[in-house]
Amino acid sequence: MPDSFRRRRPASPTAPSASFRWSRRIFLTLLSLFTLTPVFVMISSSLKPLQDVQGPFRWIPTTITLRPYLDIWSTVPLWHYFVNSVIVSVSATAASVVIAILAAYAVSRYRFPGRRLFTVTVLSTQMFPGILFLLPLFLLFVNIGNSTGIALLGSRGGLILTYLTFSLPFAIWMLVGYFDSIPRDLDEAAAVDGCGPVRTLLRILLPAAVPGIIAVSVYAFMTAWGEVLFASVMTDDTTRTLAVGLQGYATQTDVYWNQVMAASLVVSVPVVVGFLLLQRYLVAGLTAGAVK
Amino acid sequence: MRQPLRRPRLPRTALPYLLLVPALLLELLIHLVPMVVGVVMSFRQLTQFFIRDWSTAPWRGLGNYRTAVDFSAPVGRSLLNSFWTTCQFTVLSVGLSWLLGMAAAIYLQENFRGRGLLRTIFLIPYALPVYAAVITWSFMFQHDTGLINHVLHDQLHLTSGKPFWLIGDNSFTALVTVSVWKTWPFAFLTLMAGLQNIPRELYEAASMDGAGAWQQVRRITLPSLRPVNQVLVLVLFLWTFNDFNTPYVLFGRSAPQAADLISIHIYQSSFVTWNFGTGSAMSVLLLLFLLLVTGAYLLVTSRRRSADA
Repeated sequence: MPDSFRRRRPASPTAPSASFRWSRRIFLTLLSLFTLTPVFVMISSSLKPLQDVQGPFRWIPTTITLRPYLDIWSTVPLWHYFVNSVIVSVSATAASVVIAILAAYAVSRYRFPGRRLFTVTVLSTQMFPGILFLLPLFLLFVNIGNSTGIALLGSRGGLILTYLTFSLPFAIWMLVGYFDSIPRDLDEAAAVDGCGPVRTLLRILLPAAVPGIIAVSVYAFMTAWGEVLFASVMTDDTTRTLAVGLQGYATQTDVYWNQVMAASLVVSVPVVVGFLLLQRYLVAGLTAGAVK
Repeated sequence: MRQPLRRPRLPRTALPYLLLVPALLLELLIHLVPMVVGVVMSFRQLTQFFIRDWSTAPWRGLGNYRTAVDFSAPVGRSLLNSFWTTCQFTVLSVGLSWLLGMAAAIYLQENFRGRGLLRTIFLIPYALPVYAAVITWSFMFQHDTGLINHVLHDQLHLTSGKPFWLIGDNSFTALVTVSVWKTWPFAFLTLMAGLQNIPRELYEAASMDGAGAWQQVRRITLPSLRPVNQVLVLVLFLWTFNDFNTPYVLFGRSAPQAADLISIHIYQSSFVTWNFGTGSAMSVLLLLFLLLVTGAYLLVTSRRRSADA
């Protein structure tokens, strides 16, 4: 039987020793506890009646109630913040992905003077502290508003513009990696068939880069959905996003912790579920980047 | 006779630049122009009277910088305090996050039952929106109603009284804990990706030579991950040093002195007093410091890498 001659592939690189297995068990258990405790607190507290969260902490609710999930919508205008966050995050993600695709196409498929300068400049903006351009950007938006009448401050538009540049460098970097891995012969074959650059991009590169585009979209959406600093300065009552709005529960004289936890859970579910479903694309994208 | 197929050359036209225009314009508008404006602002006396039209603010020369680094005056002293706090915070948080991420990645390197589930669990802190996660931590750190005091005092009887976690000196511990919880999954994710590129044969050869698990980690895993670590540590350093979200959500607008990170400090000295000139000078100093550290770091790590090769 030829199969028996084939070298058996070991189940693991090495058979781990007992001490290694035990240390692994203990370490991973402790780390899971550390990781999951806040998640447990969030879920269990969101199901507690108010008197349970106002007294000493208890692990198990005395009674389980869905009240907090009904009350969160009236204590603060959560739905309003939710809609704002969705509009801002979806628009910023869509714009960021489209712009990144165009830029990545140019960087990956053309050799032109200034190519390196462009990538280095765009990537280095990623390292600067947000606080550094928060003040000038705030003033710039005030001045643009005064001189042209385009209200960027306090509008969703200003926030969308800001957020999309946050994910842009990483998006371009990752998509360049993806495009580079697609053989150029395909482009050339398309060119022979008479496809122009735009058709080549749409027909050849985009379909092959779908995993990368998904990864970039997840990243861009999470960045926009979770941002606090610029949201706290650039929004007003009508454009407030969840990041700032959620603190509305905590500034009341009575903090409704069960409602805070319920609201936190509600705003987390879309991103966490999305992330966990699409995580393998993000990991693959990171791997593609790390290889380079 | 057929002509040899000529490889169609990509046209050298304005097209690539055209494709870059949207990205370039936005980067200019949101990052580069504000940065230049910020440097100009740092030389002006930009108080609340000049916010509407900042070009009318009088020049102050190096005055804002002198105010920022005058360590005998309150402004300079508190900036220095904030700077040291941020340094300690960054070293602790990055160090612990890296250690946890590294250990978890190594322990999950080979397959066993429950590995996929653990990987998913470990990524939850990374996926949760910062404010939702940090608000939960601030609930856990509450003096009377929080889980931490309940466990430490009521259940384990480790403390004589219930300590305060969100004010006073303990706030530093609370901040580091939350930051590590939030940061280590990214280290884990990156290192896990890096581990996938180490060829299996290396481990097989090592185990045939009689190397145990710990020796394999030291001799194979860590050296192979050096390029990944070089980038990872730098990114973690920059993110942690500039972290605003964690302290802002944990403590609200006024951070306790023991946890007064530099971003919060600049934010407060700008938006509470509306003195943007001094705030900008502090931001520029922060940028110079980050550039210096990043440059030195890249120089040292690259030299060590080429010396090893």
